[in-house]
Amino acid sequence: MKELMSGNEAVARGALEAGVRMAVGYPGTPSTEILETVAARYPTVYCQWSPNEKVAFEVGIGASIGGGRTLVTMKHVGLNVAADPFMTFAYTGVNAGLVFISADDPAMHSSQNEQDNRFFARFAQVPFLTPSDSAECRSMLLDGYELSEKFDTPVMLHMTTRISHSKGIVETQEPSEGPDLKFVKDPSKYVMIPSHARERHLVVEDRLARLKELAETSPLNVVENNGSRIGIITGGVSYQYSKEVAPDFDYFKIGLGYPLPMKKIADFVSKHDRVIVVEELEPFWEDMIKAEGIKVEGKKYLGVQGEFSPRRVAMALSEAGVLEREVPEASSVDLFPRPPVLCPGCPHRGAFMALRKLKVAVTGDIGCYTLGVLQPLNALDTCICMGASIGNAIGMEKVKGSERGTVAVIGDSTFFHSGITGLVDAVYNQSNVTVVILDNRATAMTGGQQHPSTGKTLMGHDAGVIDIETLCRALGIKNFRRLDAYDYDAALETIKEEIDKPGPSVILTTRPCVLMPKRIMEEPYVVDLDLCNGCSACFRISCPAIAAAEQTNKHGHPLAVIDETLCTGCTLCSQICPEEAIVLKSQFVKA
Amino acid sequence: MSDRNYSILIVGVGGQGVLLASELISAVAMEDGYDVKKSEVHGMSQRGGVVSSHVRIGKKVYSPTIEYGQADVVLAFEQAEGLRAIDWLKKDGVAIVSRTQLVPAIVTASKQFSYPDDPVGMMKARTDRVIAAEADKIAGELGNPRLVNTILLGALSHYLPFDEAQWLQAIKALVKPKFVDVNLTAFARGRELKLDAATV
Ligand SMILES: Cc1ncc(C[n+]2csc(CCOP(=O)(O)OP(=O)(O)O)c2C)c(N)n1
Repeated sequence: MKELMSGNEAVARGALEAGVRMAVGYPGTPSTEILETVAARYPTVYCQWSPNEKVAFEVGIGASIGGGRTLVTMKHVGLNVAADPFMTFAYTGVNAGLVFISADDPAMHSSQNEQDNRFFARFAQVPFLTPSDSAECRSMLLDGYELSEKFDTPVMLHMTTRISHSKGIVETQEPSEGPDLKFVKDPSKYVMIPSHARERHLVVEDRLARLKELAETSPLNVVENNGSRIGIITGGVSYQYSKEVAPDFDYFKIGLGYPLPMKKIADFVSKHDRVIVVEELEPFWEDMIKAEGIKVEGKKYLGVQGEFSPRRVAMALSEAGVLEREVPEASSVDLFPRPPVLCPGCPHRGAFMALRKLKVAVTGDIGCYTLGVLQPLNALDTCICMGASIGNAIGMEKVKGSERGTVAVIGDSTFFHSGITGLVDAVYNQSNVTVVILDNRATAMTGGQQHPSTGKTLMGHDAGVIDIETLCRALGIKNFRRLDAYDYDAALETIKEEIDKPGPSVILTTRPCVLMPKRIMEEPYVVDLDLCNGCSACFRISCPAIAAAEQTNKHGHPLAVIDETLCTGCTLCSQICPEEAIVLKSQFVKA
Repeated sequence: MSDRNYSILIVGVGGQGVLLASELISAVAMEDGYDVKKSEVHGMSQRGGVVSSHVRIGKKVYSPTIEYGQADVVLAFEQAEGLRAIDWLKKDGVAIVSRTQLVPAIVTASKQFSYPDDPVGMMKARTDRVIAAEADKIAGELGNPRLVNTILLGALSHYLPFDEAQWLQAIKALVKPKFVDVNLTAFARGRELKLDAATV
């Protein structure tokens, strides 16, 4: 059957067709929809969210050794978290096949860095496949399982935001059962004590040599001859961009991205006057090819930052002097930015208004609340990686970096992901930090996934529930408070008091996300324009429901209006309005 | 089947139905036997940021994104976003824009940024092929502000190689049953929209 599918949906479909028995991961753009699709469309495939990528990978390893084909999904930085089990699993190898997704994010559409995870495959000496469209996402996942089982290795499927989120036509096939395997005890393979690991390292080297041989003949690497003197070596979405702007060149399309078929590449290069390597981010293939003494070009025209586009490839090929094509100038339209913002009624807003007011150092973390850094909230001082806020706060506090105190803010999903160990450190080393856990009972940033305290699993079943207060108290947190962050004065007071107390404190905010799992809409507020004096205090809380009115005050500053279709009735703006001009709609009676 | 490729860039703000519109166009094209690719970046779309979707249709499509300056149509659900995207349009392309105006908080709260007085006028200064529609007013008349996207699809339908019946069928297939009728009306209203007189 033919279906229009995103790369992520196609991977999910591939998992069904491959007979996957364990699909596990942690949400992260652009990989999240893979497991969501498995859960929504293919309920015969067992799937689960784990609290972080390391645990997800370990669950995956257990499933593979236990005999079930396994899919592990994560965004690129997730592999940093999972690197420890991954690097050693490369030694043990698999029982049933294991393919994991590394979804990279060139241009950082929703990430904190744009690391190129192809290096991870090489680092661990495992093969990776690199699909160039949705159809290949499906087919290469199936190829990945063959490769994984045949060569006794984990296999990485290297995706990028454009591959994950672009849709294309996919020809699907019937699901299969996958191999019927059971766990077989084999300590010399699975117990990596030094004496075993030394043996396995030899196995890894031998495997890599055999993979190199395979690469030379693998149909995953395709040569397209069009009789041109110019050759392009490329793979992934860069292949599509290149074909779009230069369809008549010859192509060496890489599908098996590591190890490379160097003999085949040398042969291809020898038949062309110029060969350009077109790859996003780092010169991963280019450097490896050059190291073999093969003459290619690439990054000097293409650059290492951001994502490619047909325009960028066309410009590079023109600059290299191999393509004649008119490339239009970049737009000169100069407009205001439209960054994403906290939603109307977002429970994170009240906490940030209070933190801004208190002028404390705020170590941040990753989630919707990272948006608190933007104008006009300006309320975050650091954001490094998931879970970092608490460790960052401890370090800053120990060197007395901030006179007014140090506060870590962390979301609930992030707390379970990697915040708990930070809190252990705070208790152990008696750090004088205040940790605000913004518990909106959702992994909101990535679309509202379930997590260990929401009470539901990915498959929709009832789940075990971890109570954050019980957990914190068990860790030895004595100063524990709950806070309704819709109450601005309470937020100010609670945070201030906890900062002043010695030892670590935890403040748990209690309002749920306004979007997920259900949309919260209370009675809206309105602005009484007779009372509003255009002071703009409400503009500075950055609520999308508050806009400038056409009317202005005597200085020409606009009065405020509230869009009733957006206002959720959170009350925050009415609390900070000095003129008491913001009132409940039903209480607003015009004379 | 048409021999040429079609590239449609749809832009708007999170929550305006950009993705639904691109799904609908893709469904019509696929049903008609075309190769289709489309691309958008999710993640922050619900948070009031810019949302754009690239749709590409043809016998064989390579890139899932449109080459800059090569869009046949720019379909904009918000006028400043239409202006932001205008240079994606190719020379004889057409820009279809709703006069909807959504001012972000960052503009309201700061002196640094301002919303342009007349984004549609600025679009017209760059191309004489603009359809500027009071789509939000029409949607209001029809009783649902969310119909802006369907109205603009009606205007778009004249520029793609599909019959009206194919569009109607896709609307019936993709829209929730109780909203089908009002969407069909919205689509019909959109089909009546014409190119604005060129300003030059
Ligand atoms: C290692 C890693 N995994 C996944 C992500 C993607 N990601 C960013 S924020 C986030 C979760 C945020 O949830 P939460 O902490 O509950 O905050 P909320 O968005 O709900 O405010 C995820 C999964 C990431 N940036 N890094």
